[in-house]
Amino acid sequence: MKILSSAKRILALGSKEWIQIYRDGRSLVLSFLLPVIMMVIFGYALSMDVTHVKLVVLDNDKTPFSRSLIEEFSHNEYISVINFASNNGEIDSLLNGGEAAMGLVIPVEFEKRHLSGKSADIQLLVDGSDSSSALVSIGYVQAIVLDFNQANEISEMKQNGIKNPEIPVDIRSRIMYNSELKSKNFIIPGILAIIMAIISALITSLTISREWERGTMETLISTPVRRFELFTGKMIPYIFIALFDVIVSVCLGYFIFGVPLKGNFTELYLIALLFLIGNSSLGILISSATKSQVLSVQLSMMITFLPSFILSGYVFPVKNMPAIVQAFTYLVPAKYLILCIKGIALKGIGLTLLWSQILFLFLFCIIVAIGSIKYLDLRIPE
Amino acid sequence: MIEVNNIVKKFGGITAVNDISLKAGKGEIFGIVGPDGAGKSTLLRIIASIMKPDNGNVILDGTDIHKNAFTARENIAYMPQRFGLYEELTVEENINFFGRIFGMNGKNIEKRKENLYKFSHLEPFKNRLAGRLSGGMKQKLGLACALIHQPQLIILDEPTNGVDPVSRREFWKILYDLLSGGVSVIISTAYLDEAERCGKICFLYKGNLISEGTPEEIKNSIGKSLIVVITSDPRKSEKLLRERGEFSNIILTGNSLRVFTDNIKKAKESLKSILPEQDINILSMSESDATLEDCFVELLSGDGKIS
Repeated sequence: MKILSSAKRILALGSKEWIQIYRDGRSLVLSFLLPVIMMVIFGYALSMDVTHVKLVVLDNDKTPFSRSLIEEFSHNEYISVINFASNNGEIDSLLNGGEAAMGLVIPVEFEKRHLSGKSADIQLLVDGSDSSSALVSIGYVQAIVLDFNQANEISEMKQNGIKNPEIPVDIRSRIMYNSELKSKNFIIPGILAIIMAIISALITSLTISREWERGTMETLISTPVRRFELFTGKMIPYIFIALFDVIVSVCLGYFIFGVPLKGNFTELYLIALLFLIGNSSLGILISSATKSQVLSVQLSMMITFLPSFILSGYVFPVKNMPAIVQAFTYLVPAKYLILCIKGIALKGIGLTLLWSQILFLFLFCIIVAIGSIKYLDLRIPE
Repeated sequence: MIEVNNIVKKFGGITAVNDISLKAGKGEIFGIVGPDGAGKSTLLRIIASIMKPDNGNVILDGTDIHKNAFTARENIAYMPQRFGLYEELTVEENINFFGRIFGMNGKNIEKRKENLYKFSHLEPFKNRLAGRLSGGMKQKLGLACALIHQPQLIILDEPTNGVDPVSRREFWKILYDLLSGGVSVIISTAYLDEAERCGKICFLYKGNLISEGTPEEIKNSIGKSLIVVITSDPRKSEKLLRERGEFSNIILTGNSLRVFTDNIKKAKESLKSILPEQDINILSMSESDATLEDCFVELLSGDGKIS
């Protein structure tokens, strides 16, 4: 009997909340559109792949050997030779103007030094203002030059009569899970987690504060409604919205951005549900703590977006952070969710391998939900 | 039967409610009367179990409502001063919601709703959003939502504030009809004409209970007679009579002066001598019964609380 009337109250609250949601068209549209917008913006804009690095070449030698080196740079997707300079000043001005990211200078007597058995130097000028792109670009050049050297040595050995020349050590790397090393494949799972973190906390953070601001809470708390009923009834409709958002986002990632989904979608969905319950509880907690709609929106954005973006290991590797900050990252639930999504989507591993992440998410969910229920006021604050 | 015993509530250093006790029986309307800031809302919130008192208790039919808040709330209806319903929900959705939150099933809600529509005349507006109702209709809807679960105790915080006189009259008619069902009503008001309609009232001022009883008892309790004098210059007369210090209180209302006195005969004579001395003509002079407003002003000014 008690359970029955409890269920009735939860249902009453849930359906009331649902009516309020669809009568307030703006927030409904926002909660469906925001994930799509975020997915598209981040998916297209936040590409970390360094391709088509613009290179300007100054060839002071103009010999077959120097031209064969330049040739090596011309036919790949990583580097584009955009210009040939006639003097050093021209390279400087192209680098300064940002039209080129790198400049390659081949000195005079380049071929001559090579033929006389000496090592021939070339100079590489790099725009270091974007340090990580610069490092990647230098890596490309080194790899290309290494290839060029090997090819030359082997052909020389053959000329000198060695029949089957071999390189002492040859690396055969096979990249697993994200074989094309596309940054989209880790950006999209990450953004999925961030969308979930923001949406679920944002939409629930309005629920309790709105009741206090409009004065409806005073009537509501004079009824026999219990704390956990208020908590559950308020949360249910928003969980459904957030779960719908997850489907939309996963579809966008899969069909538009071509991110693979190697694992089981149901497992991914269950983990998402766990995360959403925890994060929605956080929104309700913020809402009942602030009792102001403006404040709760700002606070929930700050508490969910910033840590999920910065401390989850999504953009900045956790290993590079100072020890104290690293310790904090263990408190960011998005970190575990991102690991789960990547594991399921890219590696195709199942729940059995992800149990420690799921345990953390479960603890987060339970702790925040209990805190949120305890914190709900059923009396007028003084 | 609702018993409020020795309620004390302090906010910081301010005592909002100071040791107040009152009782309301079944079928009784108990009015809490007082100016703004008297502590009426605080007292009602405590009786509605949504605010804890610092001291004292509230007993509804033998149950301490603060110790058993959830069970007590099943039998209480509370209508706050500020409109407390969902403006995005229609009239009917609001009523349904409160029915369900009180654990009623659909059939009972429908049955009860018919009844509530009958007295509130809200049926033609049942699909209108609550936020689009007029002030009077909002209050009637508030009452309908409060009554859906047939409570034993109905607590109304200034329900007719800002409501037009016709709707006010209708609202009171509904309240009277309820009493036959054996409920207790506790209502707060700042209007003294409304206080006259209550079975029992108490005057609240700065958190203190100044007087309590039926409206008749309160009117008699001041033990003074009242003379209504209309003169050619009411303002000058008031000043003059005040300076004499002979009368216990003088209230200027419109053109007439309401003069309180212990001795009606002596007062009449001195009025007849004082006023003409200053070239003020007495146009009429009669004895009158004190209204609650007279009593309220007299009670407060007697203690030097207002002048």
